[in-house]
Amino acid sequence: MSPQLTTWSFFSEHRDEILGATLDHLALVVISMLIAILIGVPLGMFIVQRPALRTIALGIASIFQTIPSLALFGFLIPIPFIGGIGKRTAIVALVLYALLPILRNTYVGLTGIDPAVLEAAEAMGMTRAQILFRVRFPLALAVILAGIRTATIITIGVATIAAAIGAGGLGTFIFRGVALVSDALILAGAIPAALLALVADFLLGLLERRLKIS
Amino acid sequence: MNTKTALSSKRNIEFREVSFHINDILKRLIVSAISLEVPEGETLVLLGRSGSGKTTLLKLINGMLLPTEGEVLIQERSTRDWDLIRLRRGIGYVIQDAGLFPHYTVAENVALVPNLEGWDARRTAVRVGELLTLVGLDPTEFAGRRPRELSGGQRQRIGVARALAADPTILLMDEPFGALDPVTRAELQREFSALARRLGKTIVFVTHDLREALLLASRIVLLEAGRIVASAPPQEFLRLDHPEVRAFTSSLNVMPGASA
Repeated sequence: MSPQLTTWSFFSEHRDEILGATLDHLALVVISMLIAILIGVPLGMFIVQRPALRTIALGIASIFQTIPSLALFGFLIPIPFIGGIGKRTAIVALVLYALLPILRNTYVGLTGIDPAVLEAAEAMGMTRAQILFRVRFPLALAVILAGIRTATIITIGVATIAAAIGAGGLGTFIFRGVALVSDALILAGAIPAALLALVADFLLGLLERRLKIS
Repeated sequence: MNTKTALSSKRNIEFREVSFHINDILKRLIVSAISLEVPEGETLVLLGRSGSGKTTLLKLINGMLLPTEGEVLIQERSTRDWDLIRLRRGIGYVIQDAGLFPHYTVAENVALVPNLEGWDARRTAVRVGELLTLVGLDPTEFAGRRPRELSGGQRQRIGVARALAADPTILLMDEPFGALDPVTRAELQREFSALARRLGKTIVFVTHDLREALLLASRIVLLEAGRIVASAPPQEFLRLDHPEVRAFTSSLNVMPGASA
């Protein structure tokens, strides 16, 4: 590869590869987010009913969030079944990362509801389940979605690092570019990753505003 | 579940030696040794300062609180023995901030209990129209609005309509007009006073405003530090010789020219 090769010509020559890596990256993010949502939202609803579990669940989720991402990937590799090199390990790590914002916002959204509304709901004879699904959940939706949005942005970013453990995606270009001191390669990974994050942020932000109830 | 209102003709409320304390180390008594009967059709006003236990008594009636000692009987059955969901669906409840569901339209808010009780859509729609008219709001104009598009007075009217939707025999009201501006408050008090007479429901109304108590009550019960210190119809109440009664009546005379 000629060092004079401009970024643009590199992009056009390797369009298919970049597109493929972007789709890989997106798949990694979408799968991880779906799993994180399927765990985080129900768990958040559960801990609202069981305050004793709240501190434990949020505590564990914060621990995962605090571990540096590369270290978390490292920790997971030697673990049997979920560990090893490849996409599966990456997805586990990404789910653990995405969990805290989703869990926390679900909890905060469900508990941050006007006490007068909850008092009225109880006094009018709604059951706990009815209050949860018909009052708390719809009123918390915008806050929950804000958590999903934050988690998605984090996941898009952390997923680039997942290339270090062989998960593929846009990080592959970045790591290779750093090794070969090639700006074009680095940007081939960095620009689509940044665009993904911006587009996801914009679209989820739009949805969040539509769901907001004043 | 059947769709009939839970409370039938034997409608009364009775407190038998009821005490309630918060279950912490201090065992602070909120109300103590309350004995009280509310006959059918009475508008009982619980009057007292903040923290005198008025709201606690109200929540003991619909089982949102259960007595620590003694018993609260609704239709001669203890709130301990009631299915509390059924009990509450037969008791209307109106609170200061209305507590309307912001994600529901006005019509959906009013239809809350009928929908929980599984009424069919047409019957519910007719009922919502009746109730909005009853509380002085034009159904065609208001049914589709959201609570945020209403004034405080309108929200409180919807709160009353929602409480009445499934035709409960008992209506509990916790300072429903307390957060309104004085003009709107007076307007709603007058209208509600007429409405209460017309509906003939058993109403327990909490307030710290003696003027409001005198306007609405068929009997005023005065609470002080969790105990009943006076109980009388409005006209007699003013003549009672009790320090707390005098404290309240003298509050009426603060403003020159004000009269009960």
